[in-house]
Amino acid sequence: MSSDVRFTDFKSDKQPTWCPGCGDFGTMNGMMKALANTGNDPDNTFVVAGIGCSGKIGTYMHSYALHGVHGRALPVGTGVKLANPDLEVMVAGGDGDGYSIGAGHFIHAVRRNVDMTYCVMDNRIYGLTKGQASPTSREDFETSTTPEGPKQPPVNPLALALSAGGSFIAQSFSTDAQRHAEIVQKAIEHDGFGFVNVFSPCVTFNDVDTYDYFRDSIVDLDDEDHDPTDRDAAKDKILDADKEYQGILYQDEESVPYSDLHGLDSNMADIPDGAPEGAMDLVREFY
Amino acid sequence: MPDDLNWAIGGEAGDGIDSTGKIFAQALSRAGRHVFTSKDFASRIRGGYTAYKIRSSTDRVESVVDRLDILVALTERTIDENLDELHDGSVIIYDGERTEMEDIEIPGDMTGLSVPLQRLAEEAGGAIMQNIVALGAACEVTNFPIENLDSALEKKFGNKGESIVSNNKDAARKGQEFVAEEFDHEFDYDLDTTDNDYVLLNGDEAIGMGAIAAGCRFYAGYPITPATDVMEYLTGRIEQFGGEVVQAEDELSAINMALGAARAGARSMTATSGPGIDLMTETFGLVATSETPLVIADVMRSGPSTGMPTKQEQGDLNMTLYGGHGEIPRFVVAPTNVGECFQKTVEAFNLAEKYQTPVFLLADLSMAVTEQTFDPEVFDMDAVEIDRGKVVDDDEVEAWTDERDRFQPHFSTADGISPRALPGTENAAHMSTGLEHNALGRRTEDTDVRIEQVDKRNRKVETAQNEEDWSPREFGNPESDNLVISWGSNEGAMREALDYLDEEDIDVRFLSVPYIFPRPDLSDDIEAADEVIVVECNESGQFADILEHDALTRVKRVNKYNGIRFKADELAEEIEAKLQSEEVEA
Repeated sequence: MSSDVRFTDFKSDKQPTWCPGCGDFGTMNGMMKALANTGNDPDNTFVVAGIGCSGKIGTYMHSYALHGVHGRALPVGTGVKLANPDLEVMVAGGDGDGYSIGAGHFIHAVRRNVDMTYCVMDNRIYGLTKGQASPTSREDFETSTTPEGPKQPPVNPLALALSAGGSFIAQSFSTDAQRHAEIVQKAIEHDGFGFVNVFSPCVTFNDVDTYDYFRDSIVDLDDEDHDPTDRDAAKDKILDADKEYQGILYQDEESVPYSDLHGLDSNMADIPDGAPEGAMDLVREFY
Repeated sequence: MPDDLNWAIGGEAGDGIDSTGKIFAQALSRAGRHVFTSKDFASRIRGGYTAYKIRSSTDRVESVVDRLDILVALTERTIDENLDELHDGSVIIYDGERTEMEDIEIPGDMTGLSVPLQRLAEEAGGAIMQNIVALGAACEVTNFPIENLDSALEKKFGNKGESIVSNNKDAARKGQEFVAEEFDHEFDYDLDTTDNDYVLLNGDEAIGMGAIAAGCRFYAGYPITPATDVMEYLTGRIEQFGGEVVQAEDELSAINMALGAARAGARSMTATSGPGIDLMTETFGLVATSETPLVIADVMRSGPSTGMPTKQEQGDLNMTLYGGHGEIPRFVVAPTNVGECFQKTVEAFNLAEKYQTPVFLLADLSMAVTEQTFDPEVFDMDAVEIDRGKVVDDDEVEAWTDERDRFQPHFSTADGISPRALPGTENAAHMSTGLEHNALGRRTEDTDVRIEQVDKRNRKVETAQNEEDWSPREFGNPESDNLVISWGSNEGAMREALDYLDEEDIDVRFLSVPYIFPRPDLSDDIEAADEVIVVECNESGQFADILEHDALTRVKRVNKYNGIRFKADELAEEIEAKLQSEEVEA
């Protein structure tokens, strides 16, 4: 790690193909700033993403990265981090990727509490397939596949994370650049699974959850004297369906990440040239 | 009676059948006898018939046969289930004092030994030891030195305290003494011991051991019969070498975690069985296109769908060979016996890293759950070689960068193998993707680059075909006009079938093929033979289809798909019949 890393060092020379004005630009910039601010550099950073607009992030960032299959980014990140604890692992996903096809992985990644950061670019719609309902779409949100709305309530990702034993649960708004970067930075610094749901508006297909909507409705938890270590207070905020919060909803300051719990501190890539010392004991066991 | 003993204990699942059988198998192994075990088990936790069978000889044993000499029957059904294999000289040990067993009729001229297993166990300290009483009785019937059983009991119960061990030894002696005193009978069985040292383990354990030996440090899996033993073996052991086993939430997660660990540079694997392989299929292509080294073990069971989870089949060959959309360069390696499970697992890791591909390790239930004795040298740790392939370090990175100093992880080389920079390597940060990509790993739909990358990936297979030894193992008479070919665990039964065939003056050349893809070119061997028979545990003859395709000729097939492995004597009969039949001519 070098101290003179700037956030632009995490930028690749590839121009994003996101729509002009897409919330994902801000989300990504904040992630890059947070990585630089925490003293990481591209050679010790691993970014994992799945499929969809969010999945393109690895292309636009400069770091070690894997662009995987739909919904499975968290397991990949888990494997990367456990195999090499020296790497800073950042997982990006979308609301479809993370809360629909990858919902099972999300819950288990939360409870596994591996020390990595998960940013979900939540635009409440499927963008890349051109405008279908997502798990976070409003119940009456009309789309090509749900002409009368999904007719089912949206997933509350923060509530899922809290109920699964999440140790760091936050929400940010991609356009509020400084605040968003600060929240992601805290997620990186957290010892355990840092989860940030990022409002990242889709300017092309979602005319309800727009920049204006979020600007008007968002409430910053810092202005509410919210104590993020108070799980009950976090629960009340998370279950308050009338408000869109920004900030750290919950942080368990006693959190012990998976690797510490399991005594994993070595880089598993380092192996001897032959069978490891003591391997004959494995054979003797069967005498 | 020959020195070849077939022994079994049967009862209800939950009766401790498995652990009792294993104790006796270990006692025989410790006495320098060869052992080959098999299990009849159902997919339930308690109740239902289950049996643990042991074939043992001072000579090597490679399979099960249709004969049962000594049966410990904890239930009446156990006798019914094994009637076909019992013979006039068989000895049946049962507890005639139990109400449900008191009216048992011992069939034919068999010898029934009513031993009060439960009462004697209680006298020794607890009814739970009734199976051990039966083992003591079996020692007496076979003239087998009970000290060997003592040592197996010490191994099994040593960590539970001295009194447990001595109670069990006592229980065994009560069974032994009861038979000696109550039955004035010269039994036909007389088990020799030798000074040989053997190890006794099953295929799943051998795969796990091979993985640790090969430097595998990360395993992610989801429990599934019959692959779970791999995970259970690694749990508690891999940690001693700095590794970790993660029980994932499902198979999709398992293979993706393993993929993540592999991208971080660890030797990494997952193991599953048919239904799990189906779920993992989505990720096969990602592993191949991102050129990630990964070992994926499929311990086959009866399919399709949930099929018969506790029964044998070799039905996933096509799945591992062709599974996944698009075209995926891969290796499919199928060990043919328990010892080879170890060696081929080590080899699988080397192939995976050398060629940066998925390697399927195709095992089957019969091999996975069979405990077999081996000379310890079969698991020679000194012979383990590690080939990590083209991993580049900080200094070598520059040679693989483009004009803008960007590392090219998918650079198209002559052998198809690209440089690999593990995360943390300086100035080599790069992205990998399941999208078609250029040398930098970036998405492309450029037609020329597409062709270049597809060809490059496939070239790895060509390189491997030329550089590695894919030879089959050969048995029988090399000059014979009768050629039998099999893959997977059929090797053992077929090797013994050669002896049965020899007695009928039928000579056979037998090739056991551990490599499905790439595989040896057997067209000349097939061409040179008058009769070619392919033996496999599936209905359609998946491997036979492949060989027909390779050699452009028809072959005869011996297929078994009732859920039970081939038995040596039965297989010999089938081969003989097939050689005489007129069907399928080229």
